[in-house]
Amino acid sequence: MSDDDLDALALLHDPVRRSLYEAVAGSGGEVGRAEAAEAAGVSRTLAGHHLDRLVEAGLLESGFRRPERGGPGSGRPAKVYRRAAGERSVSLPPREYGVLASVLAAVVDALGAEEEAERAARAAGERLGRGHRGEPVEAVLRARGYEPYAARGRLRLRNCPFHALSREQPLLVCSMNLALCQGLLAGLGDVPERAVLDPLVGECCVSLTSKTNED
Amino acid sequence: MHLAQLNVAHLRAPIDAPELATFVELLEPINDLADAAPGFVWRLKESEEDPTATVVHDYGDHLLVNFSVWDSIENLWNFAYRSAHLGVLRRRREWFLRVAEPYSVMWWVPEGTIPTLAEAMARLGHLKAEGPSPAAFTFQEPYDSNEAANLPAAAEVRK
Repeated sequence: MSDDDLDALALLHDPVRRSLYEAVAGSGGEVGRAEAAEAAGVSRTLAGHHLDRLVEAGLLESGFRRPERGGPGSGRPAKVYRRAAGERSVSLPPREYGVLASVLAAVVDALGAEEEAERAARAAGERLGRGHRGEPVEAVLRARGYEPYAARGRLRLRNCPFHALSREQPLLVCSMNLALCQGLLAGLGDVPERAVLDPLVGECCVSLTSKTNED
Repeated sequence: MHLAQLNVAHLRAPIDAPELATFVELLEPINDLADAAPGFVWRLKESEEDPTATVVHDYGDHLLVNFSVWDSIENLWNFAYRSAHLGVLRRRREWFLRVAEPYSVMWWVPEGTIPTLAEAMARLGHLKAEGPSPAAFTFQEPYDSNEAANLPAAAEVRK
């Protein structure tokens, strides 16, 4: 944990900044000042001030979007905000699970033990699911950081909770993630096959097909 | 700088054997997906007419090679792991043997340069012998193009 991480995360203690951050992060793309202000229920000026603080802290990134209608009179490019790619984490006492996860993933790869890893991931998912019986799968996935949202008749997952590891060992991590999601559904008493591989740039590799469209 | 990548796969059976039929069927759609992917620059093709023709080379009949150039590591990663290509990769054991040594290598090339398969195989050998470096690396330990630009890497691996 660095002081920078702690300082950045502490910024989100402010409810206005928190709702602005959530409005930007939850959009999955770029959000203008007006849009974020509306979502947070504050003035554009105040939103702009806080959004820029979040950019300074590295939680958001800003850029400029050209007006859709070009030519004279179309106005200045609008300032837009998107979630920064970097990860922030704070753990007290300090913990470094990422390093060990990376080593273990390399071991699985070296042993060619992907199938065993997928079985273990499915079992872990089932245990997680059993602990949340009766809860909607969307809420359980949200609580695990997947950031689910509905699109094209599916429940898509905006965030990959294993992002850094998936950069190193994508095939292993994506396969384990699929198995974990299928296990989670089974543990919840849902249909495991609803979780399918559905990779999309910038998002998770898994999505959930709708319950009514199982065929 | 552009990014060159070589993949080699050890076929379970000759490419025209029935065991490989499902793989051969996927060649055209997946290659089309690659050709249309953001950041795709070039790939080695055996034939412009026959999309199922795999690259013929001198490194052993059991070896399937896949050799391409991309404008960034990000775009290559997105194609490989965030497109329908991921589902095909997950089925790799149906068609290919697992090998306990590196089967993929990448390195930076100046824009406009099309590297040769001989150089690519030398880079893979370099990775196997020396481990990852800016001259020959993988997604596990990537190097950016600035790190590669200052190294006489290409000359070194051709020795």
